[in-house]
Amino acid sequence: MTYIRPQFRHPNLPANELGFTRKDYEGALSTLCAGCGHDSVSAAIIEACFELAIEPHRVAKVSGIGCSSKTPTYFLGNSHGFNSVHGRMPSVATGANLANREMIYVGVSGDGDTASIGLGQFAHVTRRNLNMVYIVENNGCYGLTKGQDSATADVGSASKKGEPNPYEAIDLCSLALQLGATYVGRSFSGDKAQLVPLIKGALAHSGFAFIDVISPCVTFNDTPQSTKSYDFVREHREATGKLDFVPMRKEITADYEPGYTQEVTLHDGSVIHLYKTGQGSVRDRDGALSAIREHKRAGRILTGLLYVDPDSQEFHRTLGTVKTALRNLDVAELCPGNKILDNINNSFR
Amino acid sequence: MKPTNIQDPEFFHRVIDCQYACPAHTPVPEYIRLIAAGRYSDAYLINWESNVFPGVLGRTCDRPCEPACRRGRVDDEPVAICRLKRVAADNKDDIAARLPKAPGVKNGKRVALVGAGPASLTVARDLAPLGYHLDLYDEQSKGGGFMRSQIPSFRLPEQVLDEEVGYILNLGVVTHFNRYVDSLKGLLGQGYDAVFVGSGAPRGRDLPKLPGRQEADTAIHIGIDWLASVAFGHVTSVGKRVIVLGGGNTAMDCCRTARRLGGDEVKVIVRSPFADMKASPWEKDDAMAEDIPIIDNHVPLEFVVEDGRLIGMKFDRVEARYDANGKRSLVSTGEEPAFYPCDEVLMAIGQENAFPWIERDIGIEFDQWEMPAVDRVTFQSSNPRVFFGGDAAFGPENIITAVAHGHQAAVSIDRFCRGENVAERPLPGTTLITQKMGIHEWSYDSRVEIDRRYKVPHAEKALALGDRHVEVELGFDRDTGYKEAERCLNCDVQTVFTDSLCIECDACVDICPTDCINFLETAGQGEAELRSRLRIPAVNLEQPLYASGALKTGRIMVKDEDVCLHCGLCAERCPTSAWDMQKFLYQVTKAAPIL
Repeated sequence: MTYIRPQFRHPNLPANELGFTRKDYEGALSTLCAGCGHDSVSAAIIEACFELAIEPHRVAKVSGIGCSSKTPTYFLGNSHGFNSVHGRMPSVATGANLANREMIYVGVSGDGDTASIGLGQFAHVTRRNLNMVYIVENNGCYGLTKGQDSATADVGSASKKGEPNPYEAIDLCSLALQLGATYVGRSFSGDKAQLVPLIKGALAHSGFAFIDVISPCVTFNDTPQSTKSYDFVREHREATGKLDFVPMRKEITADYEPGYTQEVTLHDGSVIHLYKTGQGSVRDRDGALSAIREHKRAGRILTGLLYVDPDSQEFHRTLGTVKTALRNLDVAELCPGNKILDNINNSFR
Repeated sequence: MKPTNIQDPEFFHRVIDCQYACPAHTPVPEYIRLIAAGRYSDAYLINWESNVFPGVLGRTCDRPCEPACRRGRVDDEPVAICRLKRVAADNKDDIAARLPKAPGVKNGKRVALVGAGPASLTVARDLAPLGYHLDLYDEQSKGGGFMRSQIPSFRLPEQVLDEEVGYILNLGVVTHFNRYVDSLKGLLGQGYDAVFVGSGAPRGRDLPKLPGRQEADTAIHIGIDWLASVAFGHVTSVGKRVIVLGGGNTAMDCCRTARRLGGDEVKVIVRSPFADMKASPWEKDDAMAEDIPIIDNHVPLEFVVEDGRLIGMKFDRVEARYDANGKRSLVSTGEEPAFYPCDEVLMAIGQENAFPWIERDIGIEFDQWEMPAVDRVTFQSSNPRVFFGGDAAFGPENIITAVAHGHQAAVSIDRFCRGENVAERPLPGTTLITQKMGIHEWSYDSRVEIDRRYKVPHAEKALALGDRHVEVELGFDRDTGYKEAERCLNCDVQTVFTDSLCIECDACVDICPTDCINFLETAGQGEAELRSRLRIPAVNLEQPLYASGALKTGRIMVKDEDVCLHCGLCAERCPTSAWDMQKFLYQVTKAAPIL
């Protein structure tokens, strides 16, 4: 057994504004099956955090159970992490976020963890608009328990066992749109050119940013009859358009291709440029829902940034919580003193 | 960019930087793995087959392989390839029985070899097993040529040289030592089917016009002649204060030899800047470690003679200036000439070819510099029966180059004697075999060690300086040899890509520790454009790109071979075995398989 990653890196590895290279955003070596789409998603997260020059110690990775939920070990090895109970990542993320709003929360989940056992938690974290990135690595099967169809498997899709799935699929993007998610995208693990800017936008977005990444399971669900295989997704996907993410602090110097139809300025001042191929606005929730539906009816998979509301009100603002992380509150701020306490008590008399 | 033709033996050969840089193309990673496995005799024989003098070269090679070593581009220093070769030589068993023998029945062809240096000995080694009758001529009393006369014994013990020269002479070569060939016409008149000239570059340069040269003649020596006199015991002492002129390896050998023969104050004085000196960096280090200062930017002006005796030398102080093309000129600083006192001067300022013994009317053309016209590939001269090799062919080089010439000249001589077209060269021998043993399991040690280059221990200085026969470098012991061998990246284990198996899952791109692998859209652009578009632009133009044909999505795979660690992770993470690690063994064309 020689499965060890060498220490050496390319001598010309570029550094970001913090002086870090991609190596500083790597995690442990993956133990997933060779060719698993999830590893590409991990690589895309590494790339996005590297390019945004995010300090690794400011990131908290949260996950549930499953192949997907193992992956936070394989990226951002210098960040915080919590591998929680199956389907309960949203609760842990909510608690952590409420305690320390200064961190960047990256949740990684799977189709089982989100659409089956964790569907209830997913619904509520979405409607609360918790400020986090929620990535589902969606392979349409339960890979860790040998490939049974999951709740996102399309009707008629067959995995390695060969039995077509008889049940209706849950479309997580549609669900997220209906439940009030404020940044919704869909992508494919095999297309980093699309996935990396989508993740960067999600990291910059204030509010609940949901990305459904179709991430083929090479071992159990990369069959000719599967709608979540590399080949099927490549042949049937259609992007809403090309997008470019421009961080706020970076001067816009690039010459944009003619024909971009929309730009969205996010909460932190960064800008997403969209070269949309279809009609409609990326800020139209109903339009996004019907576009997904229409594409599905036509046997196509719609990918790209589907919806964004840059002015949304994230959970802390809704609750009116204190502006700092709880750990930064000292005794003077936490303890109002006898006089104020007396006033409060008196108000109940 | 067109898909790479990996059927071309030179593509993967080029990826094996050390082997490609070696003039004799020794399969370096192959023998380093055998050293790591403790199979020293096998490692030795792979070397012997390729470079004929592993024990000698393991101590004295100019090591063109090491600056080329891929490790040097990802780590501080390359693998100590040369000293590992010595580990194989030092630790081998008696291999005499495994060497080829001359056949009992000769093939009836007679070949004369002029000069018993590495080039001629290589020709002899390659031709003897084929049944050739070989006559070897040399003016010295023993074989080895400049390996014997110019390389001091503290760098190359005599018994090492004797052993390896002996392996060749034992193949039934008829030696004619102490015999200076003074006429090539005469030799050709003896009815040889072919003559090989491997007589070296025997004439050391002089400074005949420098003032004082004639008056101080007894205290001034030509470096290579002086070294030969030391080697054969004719010179046993030197003055207390010695100046060595020159900046090459011969100068380093002269100054260190002088230290051992009684020179207390030995200096090397060189015209060029220190960094431009021709000597190998390690030779300079070793000289300076023996208290020999190297004084650069000094151009000789005069041998200063007083009362008929040499008392020192005067030098003009200069500085190097480089023009836009990088051409150097040494410009006087205008300061007073510097004077250095000395008792003797050794001149090691270059060597020249000299062919006074070759008549000019026997069909061998000479150019304006009195060099013979020799074909760069076949080593045949304009007289088809006469072949050249080693320093005699194109001027002074080194042992390993002489060996490389010898192999090709032997191929030519064999084809010539069999009436075949000399210009048609047989292809090199290649094999390409998968190393896969199982999941995460390869038949080579794919783990990349982070050890820094190990230093070779040296003999105690006082001991070494006291006796010119005491070898300075002690060589790696077996343990250190193992550790150094493990630094090798196994660049001969190639990443072989099969277009039709790839599902473009990106796993190899994500795992590659050195970002070598790319999948790119291409609209028929050329290589230069692709190089700029890689994950990390491929700026090292000496290193090839490996490109696939169009994949399912229309993209192509492009791998920059520059800093690939050959760790095998791409193949381990590939779900369809589109990547495989396959060992490429490249063996230079020789007159016949030797082992």
